[in-house]
Amino acid sequence: MAWKDDWRRVRAIARKDLTTELRAKAGFNGVASLAVTILILLGLALGPDGEALRNAAVGAVWLATLFSGVLAFNRSFQVELESGALEPLLLYPGPRWTIFAGKLLGNLVFVSLMVAVVMIVGIVLYGITIPDRWPTLLGVTALGVVGLVVLGTFYASMASRSRAREVLLPLLLFPMLVPVLLAATTASKALLGADLMHESGAWIRLLIGYDIVFLIATFIAFEHVIEA
Amino acid sequence: MYQPPPRASALFGGIAFIAVIAAQAFAIMTSPAEGDMGHLQKIMYVHVPAAWMAFISFFVVLVFSILYMVRKRENDDLIAASAAEVGAVFTGLTLALGMIWGRPAWGVWWVWDARLTSTLVLFLIFVGYLALRSFVDDQSQRARWSAAVGAFGAINVPIVYMSVKWWRTLHQPPSSPDTLDPAYTMGLRLNAIALLLVTIYFIRKRYEIARLERATEHLAESVAMGGK
Repeated sequence: MAWKDDWRRVRAIARKDLTTELRAKAGFNGVASLAVTILILLGLALGPDGEALRNAAVGAVWLATLFSGVLAFNRSFQVELESGALEPLLLYPGPRWTIFAGKLLGNLVFVSLMVAVVMIVGIVLYGITIPDRWPTLLGVTALGVVGLVVLGTFYASMASRSRAREVLLPLLLFPMLVPVLLAATTASKALLGADLMHESGAWIRLLIGYDIVFLIATFIAFEHVIEA
Repeated sequence: MYQPPPRASALFGGIAFIAVIAAQAFAIMTSPAEGDMGHLQKIMYVHVPAAWMAFISFFVVLVFSILYMVRKRENDDLIAASAAEVGAVFTGLTLALGMIWGRPAWGVWWVWDARLTSTLVLFLIFVGYLALRSFVDDQSQRARWSAAVGAFGAINVPIVYMSVKWWRTLHQPPSSPDTLDPAYTMGLRLNAIALLLVTIYFIRKRYEIARLERATEHLAESVAMGGK
């Protein structure tokens, strides 16, 4: 069964990346600590007024996620590049998109864990009361994370192999993520309040559309981009 | 082997620039001072066509990026890159003129409305595209990667526009011959045609330069390889 083999390849790559991460831990700890630091700094810059902080909380959480997530994406390819392991990986039999899917899955787990930390710290530091519709809020966050990770992983596959990768990845990625940032923050803000205008629905549809468009586009384009 | 550009190209450039001067002169002399804005309205004759040219340029980037992915011809990549540079210039011009107009008309340099914000995001996407090109040395990598970044950027433009529009909107409806007093339409149309000629000339000229640069690189490579 071809798709079963493909799925095994995807899982193998994701597991390899996550195992490397788990054994070293330095990557996750570093990135998550940076995210928390950004939250604290934003709190200091915007506070100490509690009301102002509550209003800014969603934006702060998402900015902390973007700024630290960007480091995670480059890492996921850099580890391979440093030891010259990307070319052997490309030489393995099987379709190339499985490499992208594996990296994507690994990054998805990594960033989701990071977002969990950021959200918990954000709730505590910014004095957020958890709303009744928290499952929808989690759904919005998940959709936003998918959009971030899909484009982040894709652009990192190029940026990590260029000069000045630290600058290039955010420069390419952040303007592309404007719809994700707007949709995720506006929908989350609406859900944290009463959402009287029922605006979260439209934003959720936008996020779903964005995720689908760029999932398809990245899978098509990856084969084309990864050639050595 | 590289062929020097024909004399027709220089002639075309001359005609394009004369057309701009003539169209500007026509528009400024024929249009009456506008009721609310007075002579400030004249900015429209560059601002609006420049915005159109920016979109046309980005459309050229999209088409030739996809063509490159399909056909892998170096020239398609060079045309896309040339159009991106010209598009960045026109986007910058649109933003600058819009701000100069906005200050007296709205009382502020900048408002976070849908079209301003999405044009700014568009500009940033162009900047990322051009940065990627300057940070990647290998010609074929540069071509493959920028094709993906160019196509993704263009796909994203309508999504960015829609999301910012939902987020907030304030701009007056876009100026087009339909929304204008007839006294101004002819000037706008003529200027659009004149700037279109300039756009074609710029892209064409930039493409010729890019071809020359590539020819020198090829020559340097073959000399380094011991050929002639």
